[in-house]
Amino acid sequence: MRLELRGAGGGRLGALAGLGPGGGAALALPGCLLYTRTGSAPHLTRDTLRAVRGVPAVAQLTLPALAELHEVLEEYKEGAAKFIGMPDTVLYCSLQDPVAPCPSGYNTNKTVSLWGNSGRMEMTPSKFMDIQRAIKPDWFQCISDGDTVSGEVSRKRAKKSVDRSLSFLDVCLQLLEKSPELQGSVMIGAIEGGDILEERLRSARETAKRPVGGFLLDGFQGRAIAKETKLKLIASVTAELPEDKPRIIHGIGKPDEVLECIERGVDIFESFFPFQVTERGCALSFSYDYHPNPEAAVLKQNGVQDPEKNNAEKDQDGISRADPEITPFEIFLKDKRYQDDFGPLLEGCTCYCCQRHTRAYVHHLLVTNELLAGVLLMMHNFQHYFSFFSAIRDALRHNKLDQLKKLIFTQALQGPTNAKPGQKSQWHGSPHHATP
Amino acid sequence: MAAPAPAPAPLLRVVAECARSRARAGELRLPHGAVPCPVFMPVGTRGTAKGVTAAQLDALGCRICLGNTYHLGTRPGPELVQRAGGLHGFMDWPHNLLTDSGGFQMVSLVALSEVTEEGVRFRSPYGDEELLLSPEKSMEIQNALGADIVMQLDDVVSSTTTGPRVEEAMRRSVRWLDRCIAANRHPERQHLFAIIQGGLDPALRTKCLEEMTRRDVPGFAIGGLSGGEEKAQFWRMVKLSTERLPRDKPRYLMGVGYATDLVVCVALGCDMFDCVFPTRTARFGSALVPWGSLQLKNKQFAKDFRPIDEDCGCPTCQGYSRAYLHALLRSDTAALHHLTVHNIAYQLQLMRSVRESILAQRFPQFVRDFMRTMYGSRDKYPAWAVEALASVRIPLD
Repeated sequence: MRLELRGAGGGRLGALAGLGPGGGAALALPGCLLYTRTGSAPHLTRDTLRAVRGVPAVAQLTLPALAELHEVLEEYKEGAAKFIGMPDTVLYCSLQDPVAPCPSGYNTNKTVSLWGNSGRMEMTPSKFMDIQRAIKPDWFQCISDGDTVSGEVSRKRAKKSVDRSLSFLDVCLQLLEKSPELQGSVMIGAIEGGDILEERLRSARETAKRPVGGFLLDGFQGRAIAKETKLKLIASVTAELPEDKPRIIHGIGKPDEVLECIERGVDIFESFFPFQVTERGCALSFSYDYHPNPEAAVLKQNGVQDPEKNNAEKDQDGISRADPEITPFEIFLKDKRYQDDFGPLLEGCTCYCCQRHTRAYVHHLLVTNELLAGVLLMMHNFQHYFSFFSAIRDALRHNKLDQLKKLIFTQALQGPTNAKPGQKSQWHGSPHHATP
Repeated sequence: MAAPAPAPAPLLRVVAECARSRARAGELRLPHGAVPCPVFMPVGTRGTAKGVTAAQLDALGCRICLGNTYHLGTRPGPELVQRAGGLHGFMDWPHNLLTDSGGFQMVSLVALSEVTEEGVRFRSPYGDEELLLSPEKSMEIQNALGADIVMQLDDVVSSTTTGPRVEEAMRRSVRWLDRCIAANRHPERQHLFAIIQGGLDPALRTKCLEEMTRRDVPGFAIGGLSGGEEKAQFWRMVKLSTERLPRDKPRYLMGVGYATDLVVCVALGCDMFDCVFPTRTARFGSALVPWGSLQLKNKQFAKDFRPIDEDCGCPTCQGYSRAYLHALLRSDTAALHHLTVHNIAYQLQLMRSVRESILAQRFPQFVRDFMRTMYGSRDKYPAWAVEALASVRIPLD
């Protein structure tokens, strides 16, 4: 794995090259990972995933799902990539699943807890490394204590998260050296420290001293830390890190937040966001085409020209089934207004769904709880999200990040276009139980 | 009503007939392309084949699938589907479609319905409004949906019903057939099939066959079976029907989809089948194989690294092991899609093999091989299948 930076302003444009079995794969930076559940792109089979354009070369596995398969993978011997049917995909194994936040208060000096389908699993560094030996990922996040994301975290707790994570890192690095199975694997060191700047800096400096292949900015998930604080911490942390190693962040997915992190030196994101959008029956509809006049583009993109008209239609509907989490970057296709809308999910989109189907059809699939709704939305949302990252790189290349940012932020301020805040989604079209 | 349109070209071209049994191989010449038969038609109740995309279904070789008039007529409604370019346009399906009449829901949703000579009155489960499904209304909805094959509204009674209700339903189905023929606005591109009723009573079924075969319809369905009756009665009713149906028209056995039933009923002379079983059972974690099925949720598959079926060429078997599917069934719907794809591939491949064996004049041998693979030994063969096959001169040894 080698990091090639092209030194464009406002972000780290480049690529992680030399990836994968033959070393021929590369991940363009800034970029995102393919989010998976038990090694499968959610809702998608190999064929439907293949129809999505711009799928990243690196997929994210989540340890809670894989840890439950430890025995199976041990017996299988050939590693997770082949087991999940993606032998040529580069795999990054994260400690947690970004859409399944785990309960607080279960980590100790010796163990970190994971939560899988069958409950809590306690990981010691040696157990953790045993599992990684069975997974054989290309990269993996070292076990760390990231339990600083829910509510008030004291300075003492923040310090503890750093101490524990460094001690886990040292043990795991030693074990890594002694693991012939993992000689092709790169360990990613997690930077912890909650919202305490000096702990964050200590964590960054100490982790950077160790022979890790890259860094994970952990503990920025959720809303416990105020946004401004978060961004300051991220900037301070990346300033401490060597230029030549990639920086991953967990739990950041909204387009505006992605851009803010890229400006502060983050390279790699997850793609749980388009999955969450899919699960609430929504389609990404934001524009990232920063070339024309931004205001006009916003109006064109999702057909929400007239906010008042939208409100009127909403009231007619009577019962709103919108998820309060709906962001301004998406449209809620279960909304009655799409019942006879024969346009594509998004005008101009080249995804499988938009090329073949209408909003009316997807609306119908959603109201009748048909599984195909999740498939088509996932295909659209993934492709749109991956294209967004491509647009970011394009903007960096042409020194136009400010224009893109302006476009995205204008849309972020529109407010949810068809959600009624405070009401729960009633869509349970699939048996996911990850989001509590 | 306009004058009856000139009779369209025959739908069925028989290509080969088994020299011993009544099995035949042919081609249905439908508006959206030819369909080789015998054929299994996957069911896409609400304009989607259960999580499988139109492109996937196409790639599996499916050339005709089903939509349900009752479901689509309720949601999203015929008017909307018509505006979307018919069901073909709405679900973006380039091949053929068949819609049922909505009558079957008389059985499956009987608590919500009431039958009179006029039609069936439903209370929509989605609201308070009542829907009168008359033969004319059924045709109107099916004309709006635009399927290539449409079904007459029939008066369906459960196959285990006895007494005068069975005869009433049979006679009413004949009357309703005439009303459907008169009401079909697109006979040239929407081929109307009659549905033979008469329960398990040979005399009533014979009477129904006599009446209906006197009408000039493009094809016939055998209805009112596969509803929990004894298999010994089932196959006799199928055989009685195929013996009296014209040779040059397609015979569609409704609601049949278990592999053994398909093979036996092809031998009895049926050309078309549909059933929710392969797709529904997939959603319960069951994968169809030539020797039965695998319940992939069972623990025994946790470390079984073989594909579902080593000899299956479907995308699921080409890419995934039983162990992986076992694990994925616990976490993501993609597992259900993998199994649905496999099960549809299994059904379609079974029918392709059946057809090839008929073309090569080795269908009886195919049946013997199929039974041996499915049941292992002779003593495990279901008695009804042995009897049915013997009745068309395919003895099993």
